Amino acid sequence: MIDIVNKRNWFFLISICLLVPGIISMLVFGFRLGIDFSSGTIMTLRFSTAVDQAALRQEMGNLGYGEASIQKTSEGDFLVRIREINTEQKEALIAGMKKDLNTEVTIRDFYTVSPLVAGEVARNAAIAVGVASLFMILYIAFAFRHMPSPFKWGASAVVALLHDVLIVMGIFSILGWAIGYQVDSMFITAMLTIVGYSINNTCVVYDRIRENVRKGISKDFAVTVNASILETIVRCINTSLTVILTCLAIYLFGGVTIQQFIMALLIGVVIGIYDSIFVAGPLLVLWERGLKTSPKAG
Amino acid sequence: MKTSNIYLLIFVLVLFVFALWAIVPLDSDRFGRQGLTLGLDLKGGAYLVYEADLTKKDPAQTIDEAMTGVVNKIERRANAFGVKEPIIQRQGENRILVQLPGEKNVDEAKKLIGQTALLVFMETTTDAQGQPIRDAQGNIQWIPAKAAGTDGAERELTGKYLKPNSKVILKQGTNEPEVAFEWNDEGSVLFEQITKRNLQKPLGIFLDNQVISAPTVQAVIKTSGVITGMDMKEAQNLSIQLNSGSLDMPLKIIQEQTVDATLGTDSLRKSVVAGAIGIILVIMFMILYYRMSGVVATLALIIYGVLITAIFKLVPVTLTLAGIAAGVVSVGMAVDANILIFERMKEELRAGRTLGAAVEAGFNRAWLAIRDSNVTTFIACIVLYWFGDTFGAFMVKGFALTLFIGVALSMFTAITVSRVFLIVTVRIVKNSWFYGVKA
Repeated sequence: MIDIVNKRNWFFLISICLLVPGIISMLVFGFRLGIDFSSGTIMTLRFSTAVDQAALRQEMGNLGYGEASIQKTSEGDFLVRIREINTEQKEALIAGMKKDLNTEVTIRDFYTVSPLVAGEVARNAAIAVGVASLFMILYIAFAFRHMPSPFKWGASAVVALLHDVLIVMGIFSILGWAIGYQVDSMFITAMLTIVGYSINNTCVVYDRIRENVRKGISKDFAVTVNASILETIVRCINTSLTVILTCLAIYLFGGVTIQQFIMALLIGVVIGIYDSIFVAGPLLVLWERGLKTSPKAG
Repeated sequence: MKTSNIYLLIFVLVLFVFALWAIVPLDSDRFGRQGLTLGLDLKGGAYLVYEADLTKKDPAQTIDEAMTGVVNKIERRANAFGVKEPIIQRQGENRILVQLPGEKNVDEAKKLIGQTALLVFMETTTDAQGQPIRDAQGNIQWIPAKAAGTDGAERELTGKYLKPNSKVILKQGTNEPEVAFEWNDEGSVLFEQITKRNLQKPLGIFLDNQVISAPTVQAVIKTSGVITGMDMKEAQNLSIQLNSGSLDMPLKIIQEQTVDATLGTDSLRKSVVAGAIGIILVIMFMILYYRMSGVVATLALIIYGVLITAIFKLVPVTLTLAGIAAGVVSVGMAVDANILIFERMKEELRAGRTLGAAVEAGFNRAWLAIRDSNVTTFIACIVLYWFGDTFGAFMVKGFALTLFIGVALSMFTAITVSRVFLIVTVRIVKNSWFYGVKA
């Protein structure tokens, strides 16, 4: 029998290795905020003739938008991010580009947010995360009320969730400065969805541990937990696998607009599998036993 | 087979047939709903949030009255501009959300809708020689034209006294566009006095402090007139604005999202293809791994698909890119309940139970875990819906709403549809190999 619980310190070490770079990145670089948090304009431009990215950058500078951040999408459009502009400024910008670059310009997608709104969005996002966390913890407390020690189990589940969330946030912080991934309201959406979903597998594992404790399959709690994890490992992987399959299909074929959002979901679900197998159960044992592992589990 | 299960089976089938009837063909007119309602990220259009400057409102009006007035006027303007099914809503205290789905000419529409469009008539003051007084730059100095109203009180002549029936006409001979207007009773009284005392003098017509034209008054006019000095587009806009009335407060756009219709169509096509691929992958996985149970899960998934489409169409739920993504992801989550049940069933079979008993036990024991795990998703969805609603993030809202519906419906299909189907199946296919356990 594979002994996951007894090797728990190794898995905790892996988790720490996943967590530390992200946390450092968050502390040092923070996040690349989307315009709904930081205000500004983001637009997708399509040119009728081939336009060089460097030429576009130069042109944006000439038109007074030296701060522009420009990315070429996989579909050959340009994703341009600048400060907040109004309709007149937008028309002047497009007219300027048409003239100087000698091409037709289509604004495929235009999104602008004023600092006023951005401030509120950031505040509401904080409220949303706070309220959602509060209710989820309350619900976990309620759902775990029949567990052998509800507080320990509930707290372990919450720690396991935080583990997932922190890893995804860390990865997005790194992806932010590496390839321009943004943290925006859709990222908040992905995070809350991950939290709501990731608890599922933890529930399944804990449910089984409770059942096996009642059945009294072993006097050793660590052995019971390990057996429960192994009994539920297939369904934990399979339930997440179906979600991964759908996310992967959308990521690959669904267009660029929601790719970052789906990527956040994907990473979250994958980390969720790891967490429900290697972290959530062992955490319970850690709480009961500390770091000391038994010489042989049977 | 238990009677309750037979009833359940009949109920599921009736529901399925009803839902199928409601959505086939998709653009059929059922309960007054034609086709699916697409959000502006899928069919193009604009999503605008305006903020009204409350300090400029008429002190005699309450904030609610002033805001309702502005909302109504914007609605009239959007309709007159030809936007199909515009959505105009007040948001919070001083904000107005304007959605123009499918609108191609967004910048034009924005100019028309958000402009105050206060029409004011101005007159000149003349010096002793009868010449208009000019400022240092030589510009004519205009002052608001006032006269005694029907009740004797002095009033400024503004667009407020126009009947809402102005129209664009072409001037005979030159074909220049003009806006023809008519005064109401109050306006007629004022206009008559003002034209009388300004005969052979210029009368300035100002729109939002910009002069549009300053014709010389040729005769005393009472009830009607024309405004010249614009191109066709401007004349049409002015006519719409005069008929809707000027906005009582200036508006400013604080958030805007505009999507080109071609991008919308692109996104729709891509997300449908991606969704189909995702769902096929899930079905393949389920059948390969769970065999006969997987087939049952697939049947349940088909019913789930038909039911959710019927809900989207009949409610109607506005579909967005994120909404479709949520619908597809919820398929991945929908089968989770089935997986939990099937795994449990396998355990029961291995423990030596009969197929029928294993199905019952599988459903009964998995139910608690399914319920517990979905409640947290519901909490996330409800909070996200609120979050999206506070600042008009239709992507967030669309995702939250669709995921909520999807997960709720998936619980239903998992515990009713797959259950009765499985009960029927195990009576026909009795070899436990088909359920993933060695016979």
